Amino acid sequence: MRHILRRREWVADEWRYLGEEPADAPGDAALIVPFAQWRAADQGWRGRAARLGVQLAPPDRVEELAPELPHLSLVAVEFPNPGDGRGYSQGRLLRERFGFTGELRAVGAGVRQDQVFLLARCGFDALELAAGEDREAALAALSRYDVAYQPGAPQVAIRRQRFFAPGVR
Amino acid sequence: MYRYDELDQALVDQRVAEFRDQTRRHLAGELSEEQFRPLRLRNGLYIQRHAPMLRIAIPYGLLSSTQLRKLAGLARRYDRGYGHFTTRQNLQLNWPQLADVPQILAELATVQMHAMQTSGNCVRNVTADHLAGIAPDEVDDPRPYCEIIRQWATLHPEFTYLPRKFKIAVTGSPEDRAASEVHDIGLHLQRDAHGQIGFTVLVGGGLGRAPVIGACIREFLPLPHLLSYLEAILRVYNRHGRRDNLNKARIKVLVKSLGAERFREQVEAEWRAGREHAALLPPEEIARVRACFAPPPYATLPDSDATAGREPAFQAWYCYNTRAHRVPGYRAVFVSLKAHGAVPGDMSAVQMEAVAALAERVSFGLVRTTHTQNLLLADVPQHELYTLWRELAQLKLAMPNIGTLTDMIACPGLDFCSLANASTIGVARDIQQRFDDLDYLYDLGEIEIKMSGCMNACGHHHVGHIGVLGVDKHGEEWYQISLGGSATGFTALGEVIGPSVPRAEVAGTIERIVETYRATRLDGERFIDTLRRLGLAPFRERAYAAHPAAA
Repeated sequence: MRHILRRREWVADEWRYLGEEPADAPGDAALIVPFAQWRAADQGWRGRAARLGVQLAPPDRVEELAPELPHLSLVAVEFPNPGDGRGYSQGRLLRERFGFTGELRAVGAGVRQDQVFLLARCGFDALELAAGEDREAALAALSRYDVAYQPGAPQVAIRRQRFFAPGVR
Repeated sequence: MYRYDELDQALVDQRVAEFRDQTRRHLAGELSEEQFRPLRLRNGLYIQRHAPMLRIAIPYGLLSSTQLRKLAGLARRYDRGYGHFTTRQNLQLNWPQLADVPQILAELATVQMHAMQTSGNCVRNVTADHLAGIAPDEVDDPRPYCEIIRQWATLHPEFTYLPRKFKIAVTGSPEDRAASEVHDIGLHLQRDAHGQIGFTVLVGGGLGRAPVIGACIREFLPLPHLLSYLEAILRVYNRHGRRDNLNKARIKVLVKSLGAERFREQVEAEWRAGREHAALLPPEEIARVRACFAPPPYATLPDSDATAGREPAFQAWYCYNTRAHRVPGYRAVFVSLKAHGAVPGDMSAVQMEAVAALAERVSFGLVRTTHTQNLLLADVPQHELYTLWRELAQLKLAMPNIGTLTDMIACPGLDFCSLANASTIGVARDIQQRFDDLDYLYDLGEIEIKMSGCMNACGHHHVGHIGVLGVDKHGEEWYQISLGGSATGFTALGEVIGPSVPRAEVAGTIERIVETYRATRLDGERFIDTLRRLGLAPFRERAYAAHPAAA
């Protein structure tokens, strides 16, 4: 069974991506649908599972997902490689501009220990690590810095920060 | 200058620890070269033609004597006893060993230095006018704002993996000495009618493959909004900049494809929507950083004629290598890294240590690097100039050629850089030899030659009065010549005059071009002005007159 790092805990992932074989649990308790398919089916996904999530690809526009957020318990943002940084902006926008409070998950080959600190500062509270990544190392990397210049999400403990945003704290 | 507080120090120390771990994992085979590459690049480490190259950040070109001494020590211990100052005011070491780099970074951290974000697709070293704080025509000192931007950009959680590199320059004078119009963002300090500080914001300038002059997207941005506005620009770029083609990934391509007006609208909309969550710049923080750049304790000195009764060689040096200062009795002094026979921008450890000591004695212990690849002692009392000149001359750092044709800019070229198509060092040497006569150089006056070994334009060839670009032709080094570029006064991009020439012909071609100038100039007219008056045609005609080999 897949495990993820959720708020510093290594937990079994109860979510299923559309197209994956159903897990041991009967029915779809928690289903993640790619945004393209979500849109194509209009209202069709609501009620398909007890809890629903959407997966965003790098070119997807967060603004278009915004009206759907009240129906979603999770947004999974894709990082296909460490160099594609669009997901960082998607994450911050979801949290800050659209007030999404559900699980914000980073997923993909780009989710490596060297990225997790930045991801957490952008509001990601769940990390689906790339294949081969060491969970202890990723956990340690979340505490690699305890200072920061910029405003950021409170997922990692920052004891000293230089700049603050007027709308935060 | 800015002094690290506990936060700044902790951050660079933690960065060193992180990179030490990343290097260990790479050497242990846990991180492939492909995985390690973006990580090492963000710490200034390239793998070059001969060995790794480490680019050390010199934020807005300001160094203390202690820091310069540390650089000398590092050059001696980990390199071959010299370093190369770049057009972005940084220092490159060409021969470090990969396994030593974490230790080099740790040593830099002991003197409040680092190599963070001097490479990779992130916000690079913020550059400024080398006469910041002393220029008579300055609106305000740009360096505090450069430092604030440096901090904001360092390890920015959202903007560390941009489509491409991102360069910001800030200038505080009407005369742009920071080439700010060919940066991804150029900020020009202004005061509004109430005396409040703000910036004119230019976006999308750049050199490289498709040179562009930046477009103004805001006439006046009040200072407190500096970071939130930068954040809006970077967010629009991070989301919408192209990532499918490396050559089209710079912000200039996005600005061009949207058009400056639509790009501006997007930035303004993003800024309005995102301000509540973007970094605010409170007055206390501005005051804290500004205080670090307060003028040094100048003495009350008479303005005297330092050249009276001195030999002509000193007078020439004074005329070419020193500049006016805002404070009576002081001059700014260039330390020329353009001695004939030397590699432009190169400096030995011995020279660095000696200049560090001189700076302590005569210029408040501070040294600046310039984008023209020289150093500057900014605050020298006029009565110290003569002795200083003699000492610099002994160090071979008093070549009186600043602003003349042999004060060339040149990237490291094929001799070092793995991107280059052609060498620059040998060509620079040919030019130095051909124009070795100082009287002839002085007669030619102000001429800027800028030379790059490839399209990436680290040597800013597009904005040279005379630009030289190395190209590869079937494995041979050829050079394309352009004329009419400029990055000072107003920014202009040069025009290629015709077919490229073989290496042996570059110096001769330049000589024919400047001879055309000598034959056609009006009384007191500068090279660039003659060019603008006559156009390229007469220069082009003469340039090719003597070598049928051009193809």
